Amino acid sequence: MANFKVVGKPIRRFDALSKAVGATLFADDFKMPGMLHGKVLRSPYPSARIVRIDPSRARALPGVVCVLTAADIGYAKMVADIPGQTGQRERPRSETPVLAWDRVRYKGEAVALVAAETEEIAERALELIDVEYEPMPGVFDPLEAMKPGAPVVFEPDNIVARWRIRKGDIEAGFAAADLIIENTYRVPFVEHAYLEPEAGVAWVDERGVINIRVSTQVMEHFRTVARTLGIPQNRVRIQGAFAGGGFGGKEDITVEVFLALLALHTRRPVRLVYTREESILAHSKRHPYIMRYRTGVKRNGRITALRVELIADSGAYPYLSPYVSLYSTVVATGPYRIDNVWVDTVAVATNNPFTSAFRGFGGPQPCFAYERQMDEIARALGMDPLEVRRINYLRTGDTTATGQVIHSAALLEESARRALEALGERTPDRGPIRVGRGFASYMQPYGRLMWLHDTSQAWVGLELDGTVVIRCGAPDPGGGQLSSLCQIASEVLGVPLENVVAYTPDTALTPLAGTTTATRQLYMSGNAVLQAATAIRKTLLDRASKYFEEDPEDLDLADGRVFVKNDPDRSMPLPDLIRICAAEGLPLSHLAMFKAPFRDPIDPETGQGDVFPDFTFGAFAVEVAVDTETGLIEVLKSAACHDVGRAINPAAVIGQIQGGSHQGLGYALMENLIVENGEIRTPSLSEYLIPTSVDYPTTQVILLESGTGLGPFGAKGIGEPAITPVAAAVANAVSDALGVPIRELPITPERVLKALGKL
Amino acid sequence: MEPKLITLKINGRTHQVALKPNVTLLRALRDLGYTDVKNGCEKGDCGACAVLLNGRPVNSCLVLAWQADGAEVLTAAGLGTVDRPHPIQEALADSGGVQCGFCIPGIVVVAKALLDRNPNPTEEEIREAISGNLCRCTGYSLIVEGIQRIAESKESSESPEAKSNKAPTL
Repeated sequence: MANFKVVGKPIRRFDALSKAVGATLFADDFKMPGMLHGKVLRSPYPSARIVRIDPSRARALPGVVCVLTAADIGYAKMVADIPGQTGQRERPRSETPVLAWDRVRYKGEAVALVAAETEEIAERALELIDVEYEPMPGVFDPLEAMKPGAPVVFEPDNIVARWRIRKGDIEAGFAAADLIIENTYRVPFVEHAYLEPEAGVAWVDERGVINIRVSTQVMEHFRTVARTLGIPQNRVRIQGAFAGGGFGGKEDITVEVFLALLALHTRRPVRLVYTREESILAHSKRHPYIMRYRTGVKRNGRITALRVELIADSGAYPYLSPYVSLYSTVVATGPYRIDNVWVDTVAVATNNPFTSAFRGFGGPQPCFAYERQMDEIARALGMDPLEVRRINYLRTGDTTATGQVIHSAALLEESARRALEALGERTPDRGPIRVGRGFASYMQPYGRLMWLHDTSQAWVGLELDGTVVIRCGAPDPGGGQLSSLCQIASEVLGVPLENVVAYTPDTALTPLAGTTTATRQLYMSGNAVLQAATAIRKTLLDRASKYFEEDPEDLDLADGRVFVKNDPDRSMPLPDLIRICAAEGLPLSHLAMFKAPFRDPIDPETGQGDVFPDFTFGAFAVEVAVDTETGLIEVLKSAACHDVGRAINPAAVIGQIQGGSHQGLGYALMENLIVENGEIRTPSLSEYLIPTSVDYPTTQVILLESGTGLGPFGAKGIGEPAITPVAAAVANAVSDALGVPIRELPITPERVLKALGKL
Repeated sequence: MEPKLITLKINGRTHQVALKPNVTLLRALRDLGYTDVKNGCEKGDCGACAVLLNGRPVNSCLVLAWQADGAEVLTAAGLGTVDRPHPIQEALADSGGVQCGFCIPGIVVVAKALLDRNPNPTEEEIREAISGNLCRCTGYSLIVEGIQRIAESKESSESPEAKSNKAPTL
């Protein structure tokens, strides 16, 4: 299938028009008869003992149907570990209370739930729940939290996770160096700011199954809901609405458990929708990191040793911090061949907002450090930044810091060169306005940790009229995942794209396909659909081969017909062939399971082992103008070049890359969730600023298609990689413009002036 | 204060509803079933709830329903449907400017207001017009391109076949 008919074409996604006319029912757009309105009471303190909770006044309010505190739900705890569709056991200490009862550990922690006839009554009821708090000392800085005697966020200590890599001989590596470059880099909390706040509706159906229609990236949370409530897993059904963005913030449980509890206790449908402020308070953030990098390098630019210390603020509960910090550890070297590596990573509990998944999952933070570090090396050696990288880039067949061999294409030099070339002629300086250029290369995994034994299932079926149904439990938070699955089935079965339907995920309707996280959905579910469609194709062609008296290999399917390849006039409409198959009882549907490669966990002492199925490589280049009087930075041009393996829908891929680039520019220049003593000081979208349409110009996108990825037709993943190198590239450009290094994000005017010694 | 009976003319349909003075137009619209008007922040920060009020774009969360008494309200769903989409909706779907799509209904009506007063906007004018509509997925470029395409296709729509026979006129 070298010449694709549908794959590789920039098609209009099937969900696009319905969204544009406002017909798509998002989670908050769905109503049930007799529906109640839920609300959550949240802690006003980042660290406090709860002396007393008295819900009696709230319960007495007319219109209030249910008030739940921890005592009413058996002091239930929820496992907030990585959502498994496999048998993987969770890490110890990964539980969080559903509702706090003895103490609260962050501001915004849930304390009580209300369901009432109207939203207004529910809000009023929250005010009538009497909670007496006794504030306790908190700890708000991971460095402080590691010191002896620091307040302990949860027992036994504040260390949430530690990871290490030991490769080669670090001392010998530094001894062999001509020069050692040592720097500390810092990055802030970042808010996902998806446009759709968390929302869902739940009800108990006639079989006693709790149905939850929700905005989520993870269907498999039905298991967590069941376990938390102490009910069988087959008694919880999740329907995934089209989500209004996720970016990792809807990877952890949001409203699901609260909704299930309220629906079960009231036996009525319940709706729960967060306000924007509540959303910012209640869900995870991107991890702030302190990153100490010490690099040994020869005068010729070859890196001899790298020692890295990463400190991540996990916030008040572990959630996915152990995994995010592992990702950071694995990619801490960047896409470079370094023989002697020593990485120590620690994720530390504080009374800050909890941190967890955010697009890139621990990748963008070390990228900022390792790519700034490469520019610092180039500067110290008087070398070209691309030349220093070229000498050290990983190539196919090389091993990473964990000893994993790179099997796919690693188009690092080409992507960097192409991105830089796309910037065109350099803009000249103008008075106090200095122009600078920078780029960053990266490596970012796609697919989950190999010891999670990740799988995806898809069911593909042909109807008698030649149309196709895909049932695949893949949430679509906006990336066009479902539409791409349609393209794959259309290609393989030779059915026009408009004749393919993919259902939105529903645990009662679609086989489980795993999470829309870790840039895995096209890779995993794309392969599952490819397998299922290929099995049906084989059935069709085998039967047609008898009819035409030709070998199956000499037949093809296209435009809703089966035909003889070298004599296309000998053909049959697909529905006729389907009728023949159906009359003979041949299977016209197939359930496929795609399995990622499985490995055992890495060695915890050395970090050695295979960690991810594969990596995406690429680069981002940017030109900025910095006003040295005001510190203001203007992005003049930017270009992203990624090897996506194969672009199934180039329009969707370009959209992912431009969107990721913009998020990355925001991370570089404006986004900063300010947290002081556990309190978010930027709790709304007028205080926490994200890029608007007038902030940055269009990012040029250059797609490389090596065809070497593990996804369908050689695709790699691009959802997360799109953001990874952006902030690093901007910091390199600003450093280039100013001639002084930038080591902290975001690069605000204040930081620019400080770097220039003007503040 | 007591509820007052007001008249809302939404997408050509007249609704008479009794509402308290503190009910926003956003709440009133969504309660009446106009769920294409999205609630992204309820503070006027995001633009997801934008509608046209007598032809002018407003964030419906910042307008009290009483203030819209008797006014014409146009939402994205009133502009077109899946069967009869407005060219702006068609163009945004075609350009790849729709990802999660939560911001799109607001952008559709803001783009309509822009094209009504300026049929041939520059890229800069388009960016300025939608600067009150946050989008977290796309980086805006494909949305801007989509709106630009409308302007361009209108220019060439003197030839009758260039006009979609399904689409209502602007």
